[in-house]
Amino acid sequence: MVAALALAAAISLPAWGDASTMRILVEFIALLVLAQMWNLLAGYAGLVSIGQQAYVGLGGYALIVLADDFGANPFLAVPLAGLVTAALALPTAAIVFRFRGGYFAVGTWAIAEVYRLLIANTAALGRGSGRTLKAVFPLTRESREVTTYLLALAVGVAALVGVYLVLRSRHGLGLMAIRDSEPGSETLGIDVFRTKLAVYVAVAFGTGVTGALVYLNLLRISPDAAFSINWTAYPIFIAVIGGLGTLEGPLVGAALFFLVREGLSDHGAWYMILLGSLAVGVMLVYPHGLWGLVTSRWDVRLFPVQRRVRLDGGGADP
Amino acid sequence: MSFLRVRRLSAFYGSFQALFDVSLEASEGETVAVIGANGAGKTTCLRAIAGVLPVPAAAVCLAGDPVGGRPAHELVGRGVVMVPEGRRIFPSLTVEENLLVGAYRSRPGPWTLARVYDLFPILAARRRQPGPNLSGGEQQMLAIGRGLMANPRLLLLDEISLGLAPLIVRDLYRALRTIAGEGTTTLVVDQDVSQIMELAQRVYCLRKGAVSLEGRPAELTRARLAAAYFGV
Amino acid sequence: MPWVDTVLQGLLLGGLYALFATGLSLIFGVMRIVNLAHGDLSILAAFLAVVAVETLGLGAFAALVLVVPLMAALGYGLQMLVLNRLLGRGILPPILVTFGLSIIVQNTLLEIFSADSRRLDPGGIETASVSLGGQLAVGWFPLITLAVAVAILAGLQLLIGRLSLGRAFRATSDDQETAELMGIDNRRLYGLAMALSLAIVAVAGVFLGIRTTFTFASGPDRLLFAFEAVIIGGLGSLWGTLVGGAVLGIAQTVGARVSPGWGILTGHLVFLAVLLLRPQGLFAKARRVA
Repeated sequence: MVAALALAAAISLPAWGDASTMRILVEFIALLVLAQMWNLLAGYAGLVSIGQQAYVGLGGYALIVLADDFGANPFLAVPLAGLVTAALALPTAAIVFRFRGGYFAVGTWAIAEVYRLLIANTAALGRGSGRTLKAVFPLTRESREVTTYLLALAVGVAALVGVYLVLRSRHGLGLMAIRDSEPGSETLGIDVFRTKLAVYVAVAFGTGVTGALVYLNLLRISPDAAFSINWTAYPIFIAVIGGLGTLEGPLVGAALFFLVREGLSDHGAWYMILLGSLAVGVMLVYPHGLWGLVTSRWDVRLFPVQRRVRLDGGGADP
Repeated sequence: MSFLRVRRLSAFYGSFQALFDVSLEASEGETVAVIGANGAGKTTCLRAIAGVLPVPAAAVCLAGDPVGGRPAHELVGRGVVMVPEGRRIFPSLTVEENLLVGAYRSRPGPWTLARVYDLFPILAARRRQPGPNLSGGEQQMLAIGRGLMANPRLLLLDEISLGLAPLIVRDLYRALRTIAGEGTTTLVVDQDVSQIMELAQRVYCLRKGAVSLEGRPAELTRARLAAAYFGV
Repeated sequence: MPWVDTVLQGLLLGGLYALFATGLSLIFGVMRIVNLAHGDLSILAAFLAVVAVETLGLGAFAALVLVVPLMAALGYGLQMLVLNRLLGRGILPPILVTFGLSIIVQNTLLEIFSADSRRLDPGGIETASVSLGGQLAVGWFPLITLAVAVAILAGLQLLIGRLSLGRAFRATSDDQETAELMGIDNRRLYGLAMALSLAIVAVAGVFLGIRTTFTFASGPDRLLFAFEAVIIGGLGSLWGTLVGGAVLGIAQTVGARVSPGWGILTGHLVFLAVLLLRPQGLFAKARRVA
């Protein structure tokens, strides 16, 4: 009920809100989706990646290439960029899946760096200074901003619904089984490798779409910005502080994130220190995050996924 | 006064109760046997004494001191040494290194590398080989030797005959007799009842986590044992 | 012979990389943790050295005497107070916590030292060079770095192979539960391992700071290079780490010679090639893969 109201308000925003609010919301949605994606990957599939910025950057660059160089409609190019990113995720997975655990994490980071450096050394992609999205120039500023905003809303809702459906589905159960015990789930006939790969590629798609969306919003891309570690750090902190392994967690985390950022906006480094400390604190003291705190007091669940997962590996309870 | 006193010990694995009010005693220098069917709780009992399982402090007393629940590594410092089920040799270490690691706590006492090699000459012959190269029986000797290197006051032996040929088991028990002869208080858990009955001064039988029988081996008939063991 | 010179430079650079890599692989070997803050902590050490030099007037090398024990203590504290609380909770918490630490350290350094790049001045030795005959010359400092790396590796090898503590490390790495039955307190042991790791990484950080300029953001690259050196060399082999560092260093210097923007990228590509063609590394001894 609340969700429906919120959605209605959000859709009507262009009518009564201003451009900067829309821009901020696009950013909020982008980070929220990235957090959801990372949460799906790490909190459910058990794949802890710190290289998701690779797909943000690839999505952004794919957008520009598709829209400017191949003449695609810049708004349609967003999901297309996601597809390109997903395609690139396959050979990437072939490499990083050779690792496990902590080394997997560093491996994903190494790959992101490779992508960054490759792009930074490619003339056609603007080298170190990057490129500007020109395909939107014919549009009026207002129509571009509104369309971008609505597209972002669509992406946000789609991501939320998508993750929710996946988790409620058979595949979602399989995911959680793998998370709890890989050998165990293998004996049950779950193809661990393919399930993980599918999640990894799906998340890459989502991340790529988000990257494209971000740069549709910003219009200017450069390797250092597009492949910045912050595209992984922020979603991780949001997901962890909000509550790993839950759907509502990233929502709560993103809201907190933005509050902190607005509050400390003039002290760039401090808010990273605070967020980092909060994330570390959460992992040490209360791994279920803020949302976990809420559910433990009042048994609320906005998005009931059939099995509730516990972070201590203690198994699931219905 | 008993050297080891276990009093009304109840132990749990999560919500599963494995021991129900188990009490047993061992005097200094005594060899006590704990027998019972699979799953009776024998290993759980040893683990509780060794400090691997959390239990109330008063449940386990060593020379009058309540030591229940203290971590295993601390208890080793007090001379409580367990030779775990399944040998658990360190694969990255050689035979000699396995023995040396047993002496990590440098407790004073009669057992040195030389004496362990005397007791188990086969280990001396294989001292530089990686632990996993040894046969099952040799690994068991290594595990026992490793435990001895800590100069235990209380030696806990968990299922040392598991998977081994009778001939080798006899050798092991001969070594145990030597060890017991040194005056080390020993608690032996094993499925091979016959050997253990010849060695021990006192026997406890566990069934379904509770003590079903206790006494001196000479006093216990086969019939009583079978009844306590199987519950028939 | 410019190429020989390049390769030589790469080899010496490898010594520095090996130092970074050793701290990382020690922790992974003993505790199965990848310390994502590894690089940033080395930069922290470099900044600490800067403080020692600026406030106490110490020389860069002399600063080591202060910085190394300080970092060792920090490592012990970090393990005992923070990382030990994550034991038995799976792979996720240590990764996330060390990642968080990485971000915290970086931003704290940014706040305290601003974004300016710094360098440690060892008083002339960084420019001195020794001739190797013909037109070949190598700097004294890279040579010293390599020598120190080899010495530390040798010392570590000795510790792990011969000393009681090293046996305890190996036993705990094999079977932590049984190691406890030997009287080994794994928490304290991990603390010591982390202290050792950070001591080594402190040396690496200070040497880096002497060799080149650094900023608050220089940490992550150190972690990556350390990681790559470990993987190229092969897990479980200390000397392999040295070779891995050398291979990486040479790849980077050769690549940079071909085209300045390609130096680091070439290193990454060589790393990927090793990963694809010989995933266990050049000298793998470990029974497990990462």
